[in-house]
Amino acid sequence: MRLEAKPRPSMAMLVLYPVGAVAVTLVVTSLLVLAAGASPLPVFVLVAKGAAGSQFALLETLTRATPLIFTGLAVAVAFRAKLWNIGAEAQLYIGGVVTVVLGTGALPLPAPILIPVIMIAVMVAGGLMLLGPAILKTRFGVDEVVTTLLLNFIVLLFVSMLLEGVLKDPMGLGWPQSQMVAADARLPRIIQGRRFHYGFVIALVAAFAIWFIMKKTTLGYEMRAVGHNPQAARFAGIPVNGVLMKTALISGGLAALAGFSEVAGLKGNLTLDLSPGFGYTGIVVAMLAMLNPLGVVAAAIFVAGIFVGADAMSRAAGVPSYIADVMVATSLLTMVTAIMLSRYRIRWR
Amino acid sequence: MSTAPSDSAQPVLRLSGITKRFGALVANDAIDLTLERGEVVALLGENGAGKTTLMNILFGHYVADEGSVTAFGQPIAPGDPRAALDAGIGMVHQHFTLADNMTVLENIALGTQSAWSWRFDRRGARARIAELARDFGLAVDPDKPVSALAVGERQRVEILKALYREARILILDEPTAVLTPGETEALFRTLKLLVAKGLSIIFISHKLNEVMAVSDRVVVLRGGKVAGERVTDETTRQELAALMVGREIVLPQAEPRAPGPVLLELTGVSTNGEGTQLDDVSLELRAGVITGLAGVSGNGQGAIADLLSGMIAPSGGTMVVAGERITEWSPRDALARGIARIPEDRHAVGSIADMSVMENVISERYRDPQFSRRGLVDWHAARAFAEKLVRDYEVKCPSPDARIRLLSGGNMQKLILGRALDPQPVVILANQPTRGLDIGAVSYVHERLIEARDRGAAVLLISEDLDEVLRLSDRVHVISKGRLTPAFARGERSLAQLGELMAGHGMENAA
Amino acid sequence: MDAFEILFTASFWVAAIRIASPLIFATMGELICERAGVLNLGIEGIMVAGAFAGWVTVYAGGDLWMGVAIAALAGAMFGLLHGTLTVPLGLSQHVVGIGITLLATSLTYFTYRVVLPQVSSPPRIEPFRNWAVPYLSDIPILGPALFNQTPLTYLAFVTVAVVAWVLYRTPLGLAVRAAGENPAAVEAQGMSVTAIRMGAVMVGSALMAVGGAFLTMSAFNSFFFEMVNGRGWICIALVVFGSWRPGKALLGAILFAAFDAYQVRLQQITGGVVPYQIFLMMPYVLSILALVVMARRATYPKALMIPYQKGER
Repeated sequence: MRLEAKPRPSMAMLVLYPVGAVAVTLVVTSLLVLAAGASPLPVFVLVAKGAAGSQFALLETLTRATPLIFTGLAVAVAFRAKLWNIGAEAQLYIGGVVTVVLGTGALPLPAPILIPVIMIAVMVAGGLMLLGPAILKTRFGVDEVVTTLLLNFIVLLFVSMLLEGVLKDPMGLGWPQSQMVAADARLPRIIQGRRFHYGFVIALVAAFAIWFIMKKTTLGYEMRAVGHNPQAARFAGIPVNGVLMKTALISGGLAALAGFSEVAGLKGNLTLDLSPGFGYTGIVVAMLAMLNPLGVVAAAIFVAGIFVGADAMSRAAGVPSYIADVMVATSLLTMVTAIMLSRYRIRWR
Repeated sequence: MSTAPSDSAQPVLRLSGITKRFGALVANDAIDLTLERGEVVALLGENGAGKTTLMNILFGHYVADEGSVTAFGQPIAPGDPRAALDAGIGMVHQHFTLADNMTVLENIALGTQSAWSWRFDRRGARARIAELARDFGLAVDPDKPVSALAVGERQRVEILKALYREARILILDEPTAVLTPGETEALFRTLKLLVAKGLSIIFISHKLNEVMAVSDRVVVLRGGKVAGERVTDETTRQELAALMVGREIVLPQAEPRAPGPVLLELTGVSTNGEGTQLDDVSLELRAGVITGLAGVSGNGQGAIADLLSGMIAPSGGTMVVAGERITEWSPRDALARGIARIPEDRHAVGSIADMSVMENVISERYRDPQFSRRGLVDWHAARAFAEKLVRDYEVKCPSPDARIRLLSGGNMQKLILGRALDPQPVVILANQPTRGLDIGAVSYVHERLIEARDRGAAVLLISEDLDEVLRLSDRVHVISKGRLTPAFARGERSLAQLGELMAGHGMENAA
Repeated sequence: MDAFEILFTASFWVAAIRIASPLIFATMGELICERAGVLNLGIEGIMVAGAFAGWVTVYAGGDLWMGVAIAALAGAMFGLLHGTLTVPLGLSQHVVGIGITLLATSLTYFTYRVVLPQVSSPPRIEPFRNWAVPYLSDIPILGPALFNQTPLTYLAFVTVAVVAWVLYRTPLGLAVRAAGENPAAVEAQGMSVTAIRMGAVMVGSALMAVGGAFLTMSAFNSFFFEMVNGRGWICIALVVFGSWRPGKALLGAILFAAFDAYQVRLQQITGGVVPYQIFLMMPYVLSILALVVMARRATYPKALMIPYQKGER
């Protein structure tokens, strides 16, 4: 068999193939649900209800989507320039650390100043986290996939060390957790009595900003050129290494904002379970969005809905909530396949 | 593998009614071709005439939509290189199919022993290679890693690969493109020997003089069809050229002009990097002069092109552009000083395949005030510019939003030419500007280069096609092993003398 | 005991070889894939799946060797999926690899929860026992380390020898190495690049899964979440460190494991002055350092990560 590029993918294809991807994902998960001894349809209904069946469910989904928008954007930006940032998890935790360090009284500033200051510091720290692997890639030719992956483990141990050492909450009954951040460093709730917070709004602003950068600015143009063909980009006079550095700073900064938003908006303090793999799920979110920054918002809400819905379903139907992770991973693989098939035609002879 | 039957009346190879379509394009249209035992048939045609597609079908890389192939009277299963190999067909590809991480012996014997055998029979392979090398005069060191071989040696390994498999039919795809004139002659001697031993050969080329020198019969392809078939002894170069092109095209010939001031000067320049590098090179590019650089591929042309493009900086010597000595040097610096670059590889270096025509045409100038302000790209200006280039340079292109990969080679090159020439550059680097183009596009590119020269630009033309260099250039240098001969005026050296120099003989006293 | 004496204790070397064993399997698996031209980032998840598949087979009453075989089969299945998406379909090896890791991991956790819905502490199995090679195991220090281990450890060393032999001494190995260097050379000689690469990814993935199974069936006796803990990524670094050669990669794995065993012992004798996390970080830091040192020197397979289409040159 061989693949031939279709000159122009038709609109129908662009719709049909992703629908097919979803269908395959549903079939796979249905089989697993059956294997777990439940019937698929009621389970999917429970997932849908749990994700969006009530105001409470919907707000939970949006709350869960918030860090995924940030990590999804981080991955989308980096992958556009073919900088394989698999380290959003580490950058997220560094964001959490900086939020706690600056937000627990180190800076006696009022909220309107303190929050932007923390956000800038968080972005710088996260950016620097990714700058390291980017420099190793450009200077020494070290594959950034492996270094960013390994850094995830290093950073988690580093955070664990801080939480059992300098950042340990003296009132925490010995648990490895930090102090709560001060009220002035907290992001307010959007609706009283709900967990839904202004981090979501910041995420939307970030998504729009990234869309604008990619579409309208010379930097966005450079990033796309470097991602598509670094050799040709260099020949045309685009400073490839410099663009990769800028990409690393932006991507790392976005991922770190996820940590900021979780600490300052939701949890209030830093623990070792701040992220149930938001960094890795961000990869799925970005791929489902085909690396489109505005698509990331939709994909993040979709993926968050699956997780939130599956939690609710699991309590009611007894199917393990890991079904959500399986669904998300499967949808990643089916979606990249669908995108490919919509652009290429398979000729068997 | 079957041996040739004694019945010599039957052709060893017969292609009947081969048709292959790629979407709307008909690459091969009902092609018939026969090959007799002990015969050399030249398959002549321009780039894009369908030669390579036809051979890829024969060798099983592609499957024809219609038609059939028989070898020694037996049909060959389509779409399976193994079937072609088993039928006794060997192919020497234009781009060698050798694995650099393995030895000559390993490359030759690759795939000839049962994959499930627990042991690779090195000794047996070595004996056979030695025997073949002796019989056919193809000396190679079987234990040398392929990565250490020169181009000519690699080609010998490719031929040995086919002979090792007892090929009776050998297909050579543009085999002389990478050889020096001397190596080409050696190849022709080898081919004569192979034919004398009963092999049959298909020789694919677009060079008329080679076709005349080596073949018994010529089949000319044009636009995917057989345009004609001639016995070599009964035809002329002129007749073949007419068949190949199908219309009268006069390639422009540059008339000399009075040279202007020196615009770019290299003095004793050396470079560092991969591949053949420059060694103490001095060169002057003058306004209104096309300076040609002749040489066999891989002798430092890449380094000099990289240097002028700004991809590498000199490691020694001085470089002066427009009277100013260069200290900082990058592609952007080169562009800023008015050097236009037409790169050798338009697909990998000259364009970004998955970006649009509009995005590609601004790639060298997106920071100019014309195309961006305060970091924001002016896409209206970019679109207008793309439309202007499409118009001015006669590019066939569906829309400025189309991905550039959808353009044909000729159209892509015209666009790159437009991008390079539009800002009225003072120095133009044209590296293999016509490789792989059909003759119409070649003549277009040549006209534009001459036009730029007449406007007062200094042009450096790097080409492996000696005819092209001699036709266009006012002055010619020969490059060999990273060194340049002094410049010769047009007509000062004969073709044979240049060939000698290209092979690296007499570089020292060339002046 | 001071920090230096540790190096001369038998228990240190025994631990080092034990820690090295799963890495050896998985590193050989990754090496085979990459030699054929496919980067397999599914390694981490495939190790998780292998660890569970082997363990659950024994837990369900199967034989230990049956467990190893089932683990290998599970690995090969994920390899089949990875190969199908990256070889004939030519999808990004980065994205597919991460996807396979996410899928294999989540599928494993899901299955674990379905099989054992109620347990709080994971049940145990009877793992492989040490099998002392007569006489050889009596050699001081090296004897216990090399000749008093479980059969799976011996199998790991045998695997290296087999992989090295196949890659360098058999017609098949030539084809695999050529497929990773210049696939056009393979096709020109009438072989299928797709078949070779698919086969390499499946066999390689099976070895990764056996590496995972070592954890649950030889090093420990039960299955924990997150027990693979980045070992897969370390193996990818080890392949680079070993310049894509089985012998050098083996050496790298042992060096690495020795370092890991050493830091555990050093941690004990430093007595909590240095936070233990610093020691736990060391293997990952070491992997990054190894990459930095070796990345420029290594000559990697030239067609690595480049999909191949028939007739393409």
